[in-house]
Amino acid sequence: MNARQAVVCGMLVCAGMTPAPAAEVPPGAASCSGCHAAKPNVDTPVPRLAGQNPGALVAAMQAYRSGQRPATVMDRIAKGFSDDEITAIATWFGAQR
Amino acid sequence: MKLPPDSGALSCGPSPSPQAEGEKKRRCTGPSLTRERLSRRQFVAAAVAGMCGSVLPRPLVAQGAQPRIVVIGGGFAGATAARFLKQTDPRINVTLVEPNPIFAACPFSNEVIVGLRDMRAQLFGYNRIAGDGVAVVHQAAAAVDGQARSVTLGNGTKLSYDRLVLAPGSDPRFDALPGYDEAAAERMPHAWKAGAQTMLLRRQLEAMEDGGTVVMVLPALPYRCPPASYERASLIAYYLKTKKPRSKLIVLDAKDTFSMQRLFENAWKELYPNLEWMPASSGGNPTGVDVAAMMVSSDFDTYKADVANVIPPQKAGRIAELAGTADRTGWCPVEPVTFESRLVPGIHVLGDAAIAGAVPKSAFAGNAAAKICAAAVAKLVRGEMPATPKFVNTCYSLAAPDYGFSIAGVYQPTNGLWLEIEGAGGISPLDAPNAFRSQEAKFANGWFNTITSEIFG
Repeated sequence: MNARQAVVCGMLVCAGMTPAPAAEVPPGAASCSGCHAAKPNVDTPVPRLAGQNPGALVAAMQAYRSGQRPATVMDRIAKGFSDDEITAIATWFGAQR
Repeated sequence: MKLPPDSGALSCGPSPSPQAEGEKKRRCTGPSLTRERLSRRQFVAAAVAGMCGSVLPRPLVAQGAQPRIVVIGGGFAGATAARFLKQTDPRINVTLVEPNPIFAACPFSNEVIVGLRDMRAQLFGYNRIAGDGVAVVHQAAAAVDGQARSVTLGNGTKLSYDRLVLAPGSDPRFDALPGYDEAAAERMPHAWKAGAQTMLLRRQLEAMEDGGTVVMVLPALPYRCPPASYERASLIAYYLKTKKPRSKLIVLDAKDTFSMQRLFENAWKELYPNLEWMPASSGGNPTGVDVAAMMVSSDFDTYKADVANVIPPQKAGRIAELAGTADRTGWCPVEPVTFESRLVPGIHVLGDAAIAGAVPKSAFAGNAAAKICAAAVAKLVRGEMPATPKFVNTCYSLAAPDYGFSIAGVYQPTNGLWLEIEGAGGISPLDAPNAFRSQEAKFANGWFNTITSEIFG
């Protein structure tokens, strides 16, 4: 248990609360669905991220960030995220359906 | 993207009953995080020391009361906030207050103005949001009492709230440019709110004789989606070039520099000899209009317009001012993380109305920020600490139907403001081939379909 989890647990006990009903969205992940449709059947050339292999998402983001993978905008966006953040976002999307 | 046939009919959710007397007592009475201005470290220290009862708002859920959140404004930010609040925690009682049964979207309305797109593609109903369990009330918000935590609607109904989300967008300032008042906007449309104004400008352009002069007036920052004013100039120039080739466009600008300037200027040089941009330093700063004479004045000259599109200075939507959340600039300062007003605790301000450091006044940012705010508010009403968020903005502009480019940014709270992360974001390459521009135009269209599906679909 890291420090943040410990604090959150402490708060929950203190407040007499049950945990949040919806899974925590990692920092940055909520923005993706502006362009990457959460729902299927949206008319767009941009791929959906929900249910994708987290390892493949991490590799893609790292390649965008380093410039190895050509992009129109993802190269610029990927530069704003650390490896840990990318992994958290990729894991979260991998669990979405 | 067609308007659902039953929109409007279904979108009227059940009206929350007027506030019961006892509800006030049950409402969360703890000091808000904003008022306390706790740093994360202080907060953690306090929580660890077992002081959380005195630091956090008392959780409503634990007391058996359903937290009540009222959202005012059903645009990109407000509708997103309402829907995501309900999705994040179905136990929260969410009411969306929006006078119009149909929402008219601004992004891509520039294409409507120049006849490249049908207005119906811009229209969205609220029935899916209501179907998710949000009470959608088609009334104007007439007053907000931040002390009593209640909203009075146009029909006199009072809604009490535990937290209020204000997303009223921006209003034109009809006292800022001499000669340009509400009546003037019927002759010289601003078309900066999609709907009747959009169609008015379109009809005027269609009715103009070839050989005519279109004059655009652009304000100083800040205002709603500044790049859209240069996109509009581009698309009007495209329209004139293809439909009325002897006509010209003069753009009188209160600014000298603007977002994606090199990209726009390169496109104009390549495509639009009929477009003359006059920055403030070249005498373009607009100083007033004479509607009867169809004249527009700048620092150095006066122009006769056949069609005038005047985008006036703006301010946060009126209800933000009535709620006491707007400062002397006319906009609403907010805390990062929660988007809670710096002036009135318990009120969160989203979208174009908010000043939040470097957050752009764009539909993308309004939607992204609303998702962060929804997550934070859901936690606050449970007495939990919101996580430190981060968000992305991406804005596309079209210089021609198949010629798009973008600006992106990644934002995080820094020293009490949302600031861009250095080294990330930026604009499309200046030297990209046509295929690149064409692809970004396709992504722009995809973005609109995606974001409107997320909010209204």
